[in-house]
Amino acid sequence: MGSRDPVIVGIGWSDYPVTPQLDSMDHHALALRRALADCGLEKSDIDGYVCASGFSQNVDDAPNMAEYLRINHRWIDSTSVGGSSFEFHVQHAAAAIEESLCDVVLVTYGSDLLSRAGRMLGTSTFSTGGTRVPGPAQYENCWGNVLAGGYALAARRHMHEFGTTSAQLAEIAVGVREFAGLNPHAQYRDPITVDDVLGSRMIADPLHKLDCCVISDGGGAFIMTTKERARDLAKPPVYVLGAAGAQTHWTISQMPDFTTTAAAQCGPEAFGLAGVRPEEVDTIQVYDSFTITVLLLLEDMGFCKKGEGGAFVETGVLRRGGRQPLNTDGGGLSACHPGMRGIFLINEAVRQLRGEGGEAQVPDCEVAVACGSGGYLSCIATVVLGKEGRS
Amino acid sequence: MTIEGLQETLVLRALPAPDNASRHYWQSAAEGKLVVQRCTTCGEYQFYPRALCVACAGETEWVEASGRGTLHTFTVIRQNRSAAFAALSPYAVGIVELEEGVRMMSNIVDCDVDALEVGMALEVLLLKAADDVGLPFWRPVAR
Ligand SMILES: [Zn+2]
Repeated sequence: MGSRDPVIVGIGWSDYPVTPQLDSMDHHALALRRALADCGLEKSDIDGYVCASGFSQNVDDAPNMAEYLRINHRWIDSTSVGGSSFEFHVQHAAAAIEESLCDVVLVTYGSDLLSRAGRMLGTSTFSTGGTRVPGPAQYENCWGNVLAGGYALAARRHMHEFGTTSAQLAEIAVGVREFAGLNPHAQYRDPITVDDVLGSRMIADPLHKLDCCVISDGGGAFIMTTKERARDLAKPPVYVLGAAGAQTHWTISQMPDFTTTAAAQCGPEAFGLAGVRPEEVDTIQVYDSFTITVLLLLEDMGFCKKGEGGAFVETGVLRRGGRQPLNTDGGGLSACHPGMRGIFLINEAVRQLRGEGGEAQVPDCEVAVACGSGGYLSCIATVVLGKEGRS
Repeated sequence: MTIEGLQETLVLRALPAPDNASRHYWQSAAEGKLVVQRCTTCGEYQFYPRALCVACAGETEWVEASGRGTLHTFTVIRQNRSAAFAALSPYAVGIVELEEGVRMMSNIVDCDVDALEVGMALEVLLLKAADDVGLPFWRPVAR
């Protein structure tokens, strides 16, 4: 294509999963330092900055973080749509780079969710008696729903319409846990079986404890630039082949179809831009807030037909050694979930495309997809990444 | 949640802060009437209440709903770390499809939560929670 083709050149993680000694600013800073070291760029090279605030003790919105980190940006983006923010960031940063609005974009994320708030996120009601709730949440918060319950509503409907079983959902958690066993940083590493998932306590029917992601601390950063600028950097670039996002609702009760997400729109769009078909993807990094999240996003992106996700995961195609391994770092289900996990999907896809996956390396990995879900299956973005650029 | 026990749970709940679009909805529920918006241009029903029709951007009018619906999907909350709702567990959170075609979240009450099924017939049960707010609960009913 062209010399300004957008590429990812640097990735970094702070420390996870349990880091009481770090606050959210430490996570941002550590991840930034490590992403710079990874690619060999200087901090002063950065002229674009993206940050989605969320789930940290400190204020960490984009302008505050740009000041804290002292990023002298020509272009800034504060898109914050939940856990998928970082997939949207890739789309936005790629466009900014292609249009010469900036040359080197930094994206950072940091969260001390576990050490600050404990495990409240998934199973607590967002507001309690005596308070008055404004906005769209006024139609939900009085009913005592919890985050896990929102996803359970989708899981129940999928089971009703398509006969999907709890055992099929469990298969997703079992496969991801196998990869967590290969990640020394993962929060939970011991192998589990389908029976372990089905035997774990019910949180919100039909979702069991092991259908739900972990709650952790953690942070990440990645750096994007042009293909041209990447030529003399430390690592081979990873190409952004296609990126697209879409939204169907924000609060769960407004979801138009409880078995179809916005990935049905942005998935095909991203694959179309990339000129890649789902079956050509070598590894899939999908937001696994809950097992049902993965099933819906896989179907909607076109890895299988709508309603056939249960049978698809049972083929073992997503397992280690399978044709399209899923969440090779152990995912949110087992490795880490600091509140907004989308940055880890990007970083893991890059790690695989570089061949730096270690024991978890997917053989001959040339095309990876990262698909994030933010809110309650609400804001979805799909990013197709490649070892080689578009021809 | 039984109907008798329900009234005393109201104080545990975060109540809505009515705005220009929702004030009439919550006030009507407090007075025992379930209302929804219908577009005066295209005729579409919508929930939740808004300052415009989301289909065509037209203006809306209020229509009394039949108070009948079906259970579109549901979950049973078994764990809630918030003290207010922890004591109520397990309880059912459902998405109710009203006869008018719109959907809303609610608690499905006066029932065995383990006997709930997608598609079952429901009727509304309006409880006054404050002078300006009534909450529409739903319960199974013979079809
Ligand atoms: Zn209209």
